Amino acid sequence: MTVTDASLTAPKKAWMVATVREVIDETPRVRTLVLDVPDWPGHRAGQHVDVRLTAEDGYQAQRSYSIASAPGGRLMLTVEMLPDGEVSSYLAGEARVGDTFELRGPIGGYFVWSEDLEGPIYLVAGGSGIVPLMAMLRHRDSLGAAVKASQPAVLLYSSRTAADIIYRAELDTLAGPGVTIVHTLTREKPAGWTGLTRRIDSAMLAETGFTPDLNPRIFICGPTPLVESAAGSLRDLGHAAKLIKTERFGPTGK
Amino acid sequence: MSEPPISRGFRGRGGGNRNARVPPGQHLVEDFPVLSAGPTPPVDLANWRFGLDDGETPLAEWTWAQFQALPQTDLTVDIHCVTTWSKLDTVWRGVSIDTLLEAAGLSEPPAPFVLVHCDGGYTTNMPAEDLLDGKAMVAWEYDGEPLDPEHGGPARLLVPHLYFWKSAKWVQRLQFVDPQVPGFWEENGYHIYGDPWREQRYDGD
Repeated sequence: MTVTDASLTAPKKAWMVATVREVIDETPRVRTLVLDVPDWPGHRAGQHVDVRLTAEDGYQAQRSYSIASAPGGRLMLTVEMLPDGEVSSYLAGEARVGDTFELRGPIGGYFVWSEDLEGPIYLVAGGSGIVPLMAMLRHRDSLGAAVKASQPAVLLYSSRTAADIIYRAELDTLAGPGVTIVHTLTREKPAGWTGLTRRIDSAMLAETGFTPDLNPRIFICGPTPLVESAAGSLRDLGHAAKLIKTERFGPTGK
Repeated sequence: MSEPPISRGFRGRGGGNRNARVPPGQHLVEDFPVLSAGPTPPVDLANWRFGLDDGETPLAEWTWAQFQALPQTDLTVDIHCVTTWSKLDTVWRGVSIDTLLEAAGLSEPPAPFVLVHCDGGYTTNMPAEDLLDGKAMVAWEYDGEPLDPEHGGPARLLVPHLYFWKSAKWVQRLQFVDPQVPGFWEENGYHIYGDPWREQRYDGD
């Protein structure tokens, strides 16, 4: 627990140049940038990067974004365009193949899933909060059958409308033995929709999640009200607070 | 790297964020974002306690009523979160660490470092001197209202000259220690000290 020499002398996380190799439109407001980062040191599922943009006059702006890709593959960021978002409007709107910006990371050692965490995985996402959880699902999908059998996963994913669901087709292909994907929509009920149509609540968490005696690893990411509510409900349902990891983003509306 | 690449087509918001009160790499927000690593603990003022420890030895402890009876301090400060938002002129009320030490009968900190303990198990650390001379308080009121639980209510540490993860929510104890003991984020890749003006975000910065 005491400070070690190693932590005092850790090298500074250097800014690296990222080049956009591919742009994937996920929804009308969300894009994935597939990046080429020659010096990328690798990451764990759930970590994030800091992105820094530089304008021609030298002005810089910096924000944090979750990594969407599984460890080992080409680095991908999925970015939602926020109203008045200085950096997100560039990444999710302006950036084209061949454009460059800086990033550094990976950052964060807490909101992370790896196969050495025993037990089932319960993921709760709201909107673009799916991004770090998708990295976890993609990583799990790349592992061997033994891991998948002993570490089943459930994703409960809340979106405003069906058109706002990020990674919808890929989530369909990930679903199967050991992986359950549950969608809920909060602003519409499209014709033929068989999923849920209300905000995430305690009953929904109890029905879709694992029981507390199974000690699921719980990761919740989304807007603050959703995260506050889901984390509190899961604690009240009997899940140990230390197994509930949260990440919040976006404006609070306050 | 000496010359950062120009991001084609990026202009930014312009001058508004180039305020001398905004540290490097930060941008201003008007709202008050919430960032916590786990669930918000339920508020229980009847059983709330705040204490000071010297290592493993308790020095002093206050109930909510006793804490409220201590001399209160008002502080208007700028705050800076490591996730790059800054907020200017935030208004807090609470009990300064100077007042708490005095109430505990201490003329100075009993050890040079502090490990802060919170409801839910969160910890963070800083040198004791960073809490003195009016620089820090245990805050329970924000903008004239009792502090929201999601922002750390009933009470949080306020150390505004360091990145805001040091201003620990749901604070319960200050433990004076020597040598320094890294807290939660400090064990998870974040900087041991966290000065926004030197942009000490991560280990190695």
